[in-house]
Amino acid sequence: MSEKNRRIEPRVEDFRSAKEGQIPRSVEELTPEEWARLKDVGIEPEAPKEGEFLQADARVVHCRKLPEGLELLPVTEALKKYDWLADYWWKAVPAEKDQYTKATAEDLDDGYFIRVLPGTRMIYPVQTCLYIRTPDVVQKVHNIIIVEEDAELNLITACTTHPGVRSGFHIGVSEFYVKRNGKLTFTMIHNWAEEIYVRPRTGVIVEEGGTYISTYVTLQQVASIQSMPSCRLVGPGARATFGSVVVAPEGAYLDLGALVSLEAPGTRAEIISRSVSTGGESLARGHLIGKAPEIKAHLECQGLMLSDKGAIKAIPQLDAYYANVDMSHEAAVGKIAQEEIEYLMARGLSEEEATSLIVQGFLNVRIEGLPAELQKRIDQAIALAREGL
Amino acid sequence: MGKEALLEVKDLWVEVEGKEVLKGVSLTIPKGETHALFGRNGSGKTTLLMTIMGFPAYKVRHGQIIFKGEDITHLPPYERAKRGIGIMFQRPPTIRGVKLREMLKLCAKENGIKIEKLAREFGFESFLERDVNRGFSGGELKKSELLQLLIQDPELVLLDEPESGVDMENLQVIGKMIRRLLQKDIHRPRTKSGLIITHTGFILQFVPADLGYVMIDGTIYCQGNPQEIFEGIQKHGYEECISCLRRIEE
Repeated sequence: MSEKNRRIEPRVEDFRSAKEGQIPRSVEELTPEEWARLKDVGIEPEAPKEGEFLQADARVVHCRKLPEGLELLPVTEALKKYDWLADYWWKAVPAEKDQYTKATAEDLDDGYFIRVLPGTRMIYPVQTCLYIRTPDVVQKVHNIIIVEEDAELNLITACTTHPGVRSGFHIGVSEFYVKRNGKLTFTMIHNWAEEIYVRPRTGVIVEEGGTYISTYVTLQQVASIQSMPSCRLVGPGARATFGSVVVAPEGAYLDLGALVSLEAPGTRAEIISRSVSTGGESLARGHLIGKAPEIKAHLECQGLMLSDKGAIKAIPQLDAYYANVDMSHEAAVGKIAQEEIEYLMARGLSEEEATSLIVQGFLNVRIEGLPAELQKRIDQAIALAREGL
Repeated sequence: MGKEALLEVKDLWVEVEGKEVLKGVSLTIPKGETHALFGRNGSGKTTLLMTIMGFPAYKVRHGQIIFKGEDITHLPPYERAKRGIGIMFQRPPTIRGVKLREMLKLCAKENGIKIEKLAREFGFESFLERDVNRGFSGGELKKSELLQLLIQDPELVLLDEPESGVDMENLQVIGKMIRRLLQKDIHRPRTKSGLIITHTGFILQFVPADLGYVMIDGTIYCQGNPQEIFEGIQKHGYEECISCLRRIEE
């Protein structure tokens, strides 16, 4: 597809089924080059973790979990095992939402099912990876996470392609349920290729006192990503934070945002977005809906233009339905201040070094409540991207 | 004579945003000496420092800047920094998302200076994990600047009003840091040199200067004993300097 066509919605029928992919039987079949690629998105075979999951194209090739209170299964197996899963299946994301959810409902490849039993709080992250290994396939994934009452899960999910794959299509339906006083920290690092199209479709429901923290990172080349996770805070005191750290290289079209519906008193939401365009187009959307009194919601979009070629568009929206709400947004788009570059140059950095340090600092957004291990992975991804700027 | 010149500024004419600010400035700073620069606001003092550092907004129309015998008039700031020139900014910008510790590491390159130890010595270690200059008070900005310079370890230090916006308590610490920077506490021969802009002259109580200059309207009108010049300005103001020099000219 030429650059002009990037905004055109990719069609599922233009790609081969992921079921026809060259799928390995186990992780041992992955080459050192593939492992290097996985490491770039934070897949650390040696790092301490509570569970691991890897799906290549349409098949789950690795699935392992450690603690008692954690269930980790391919979603196709979970569907066979648990009848009650029907209560969660297509309940946070409607199957009829669009052509991609429909396609996934009709012909699912696989996905992960994670359930954290009541009261289980895990120290280390669970790591999942959705990997496109074969050129020109469409990977259709459906994930379910259930964090039961008083439980806690830190998930790092990495999505990437085989180093030799230039073209492909990833559809990821994700439905997350955070029960009373539960906490889910979801960190997603993407590293795609020039002709990869990505359509995540995420729905989250957070009950009373629950917390959902999402961080999305994409810093490398991609054709287009369009994603607008939707989160409902249905119980009093529920909280949600969405952070995104985005670089749009030349040729990329990124339409990213989040929608949070605050439906109970005392709920809080925050959307923080940092985007850098080095020639690509980045749309930073945020939509906060105050459907209950005494809610607090804030939206912050900041963009940095490093080139005159691309575009950054900040599109914030606030809807209030009660008088007693506290909702705000701030947005700023601009270039790097010359003063900052000169300051660093006076300390001995070249103009290029100064620019890349400032960009790294700009992307270095601290999400409150994000575990140190996950922050470390994000920092690594940003440091890696800085080398390529 | 006999003292090796570290910096020589020769008949420097500089334009800023189309306006002529420096009109034929010449001065020489020998190795190991500290010189003080007095003058009203807008007289061109900061312009001189920024030009010596090489910021692109300061356009040299005529003249030369020689550092350690090399003509650096047209080198970019980072090349000058590498050769041993450092500057303390009066109003440094915030570098968001970059920790002071990280910045100090970049200043140090690989000179082996211990960041932790220096920061602790000047009571600044709790700032290492903060974003560079973000939310710093006047005194904290000065300490941050001086800590960066101590780690950068330049041979020539350019200080733009190091005492402005600093309370008496912090002035002591800042004085101590500048003394360290300019080797005021060690026996001669010193190798570090400085050029200090000062309005209040307070800093000279902590950091004695070897020579003082008065700059008026982009030109250095007189030079001499810094303490005497400063006392003269305090008593009679800059008007007296002008008339004094006019008398000399007549």
